[in-house]
Amino acid sequence: MSTIEDAKPVPVTLGGVRGGPAGARTLRRDPWWRSPTITFVFLTAFVVYSAWAVFQNADYYVGIAQHRDLISPFYSPCIMGSCVAGAHGTFLVLHWWTITPALFALSVPAGFRSTCYYYRKAYYRSFWQSPPGCAVADGHARYSGETRFPLILQNLHRYFWVLALVWNVILTIDAVMAFRLPGDGGIGVSVGTLVLVANATLLWLYSLSCHACRHLCGGHVDQFSKAPIRHRLWKIATPLNERHMQFAWASLIMVALADLYVRLVAAGWIHDPKLF
Amino acid sequence: MPDVTMRIWRGDSTGGDFTNYTMPAVEGEVVLDMVHRIQAGPAPDLACRWNCKAGKCGSCSAEINGMPRLMCMTRMEDLPTEEPVIIAPMKTFPIIRDLVTDVSFNYAMARQLPPLALRPADGPDGTYRMQQMDVERGQELRKCIECFLCMNVCHVIRDHEENKAHYAGPRMFIRYMELESHPLDTNDRRELLRQRMGLGLCNITKCCTEVCPEHIKITDNAIIPLKERVVSGSYDPVAWLGRKILRRTKRSAAEAAADAPAQHTPTSEDRLERQTVPATR
Ligand code: SF4
Ligand code: SF4
Ligand code: FES
Ligand code: FES
Repeated sequence: MSTIEDAKPVPVTLGGVRGGPAGARTLRRDPWWRSPTITFVFLTAFVVYSAWAVFQNADYYVGIAQHRDLISPFYSPCIMGSCVAGAHGTFLVLHWWTITPALFALSVPAGFRSTCYYYRKAYYRSFWQSPPGCAVADGHARYSGETRFPLILQNLHRYFWVLALVWNVILTIDAVMAFRLPGDGGIGVSVGTLVLVANATLLWLYSLSCHACRHLCGGHVDQFSKAPIRHRLWKIATPLNERHMQFAWASLIMVALADLYVRLVAAGWIHDPKLF
Repeated sequence: MPDVTMRIWRGDSTGGDFTNYTMPAVEGEVVLDMVHRIQAGPAPDLACRWNCKAGKCGSCSAEINGMPRLMCMTRMEDLPTEEPVIIAPMKTFPIIRDLVTDVSFNYAMARQLPPLALRPADGPDGTYRMQQMDVERGQELRKCIECFLCMNVCHVIRDHEENKAHYAGPRMFIRYMELESHPLDTNDRRELLRQRMGLGLCNITKCCTEVCPEHIKITDNAIIPLKERVVSGSYDPVAWLGRKILRRTKRSAAEAAADAPAQHTPTSEDRLERQTVPATR
């Protein structure tokens, strides 16, 4: 049972003379800036679009008048006094909430994604320049990583993960409800149904491939032969986890497209075609 | 084949500069071959470390066109040769001469790593039973050849020298993970990682994984799992409560220290050393 007190500190000599040209930001010649730039553009576009969509506070629900039951993922769960009729969940209506319901609906996904290990890498590199690329100098003179407030709060990621699972269940219910086409055959499939089903599926893949999920499934176990079920779960979570970045992007883009689709239908710009 | 210009850093702790060597290209060569031909020809005093020429000894680390790589595993034909090929020593460690750096920082960090502490034996004859599933996770982590390219690229110490005093670094983090998740180990290194080994300094930007010649997924399979273990130890009230009730998982360092005498009794010399190593927080 070793403790921090047992580890014998070994002094480290600091400040030795380094080789290579002093002051060069990087010696790299390949387009290392390409990937952080793409990340920057896409994340900025998403933040701008979602900020705009959040404060629209309209056109997020396609209801019975258009023979559909489609709600934008940005506005679900819609349990506020300010939600349009039909978009209400039947439970826990926060009557006193009069501002845009999307602020509540997006709080958990925003916390979940901003503490996500993948997005941390993405924005530390592309926004914070710490570092902008490998073997490219950090954009800051001082650096304390995630050891201080506020970045120490990244350690709360697993709680956001739990909340995100609740949100996933709600958005899955939304996707199931999207099979209802009231006054248009009762039950069926429209493009909107497929959009919400794809959205819910990608959100599940994103959250089940989470690093905290992999840890909680079985990553914390040292002796797998003593915990066969957790080992099995860990074995399932691991290949998903390897594709976490892909799921992160796919679900992010899908959630914005789903909002856009519902918005266009709700505003009457396009008609949601029934498939069968 | 056309000639290639190699732009190699020449110098020591008193200073240095790049020197160009134009050499005929030879098909199928790696960068280390080129360096050897330069040693055999225009610059017999060019210093470089190498041993196996097979990507297994981890000696020939350098920065080729700015990217930390093994010289013996970088093929000349994969590099653009219209411009000179730049070869510089690893930037994070003090230079000795030319392409040779002093990597003893890594050994200082390795010496602080609490070793394996065996749990009681399974059999009366003092033997242990292990299944394949118990050992396979650690196999990837033992592929490390100690080239220290990951330590070199890590911006925590590459761009912030002062962090070396309290940062184990990616190569040591995989060793910590190997021991922390070892099926026979009973040591708990989480508080050490959090307070003195700078696990929180890593911001999981994955450059270590990008440069590892053994393709070890350092961030995904060592650093993030360690961070999650530290969360359970220090930042997670639910896990803390679960431990209190179930008493199943490893105890925290503080709990252990409360009722177990420290195995290592610090000497006055240790205390002096300890003062020279500032805590992360
Ligand atoms: S992921 Fe962490 S350890 Fe690896 S290079 Fe980045 S900061 Fe350093
Ligand atoms: S982890 Fe990879 S990059 Fe780091 S020292 Fe080992 S082999 Fe080299
Ligand atoms: S690590 Fe990305 S969601 Fe948890
Ligand atoms: S010479 Fe052994 S790794 Fe390159």
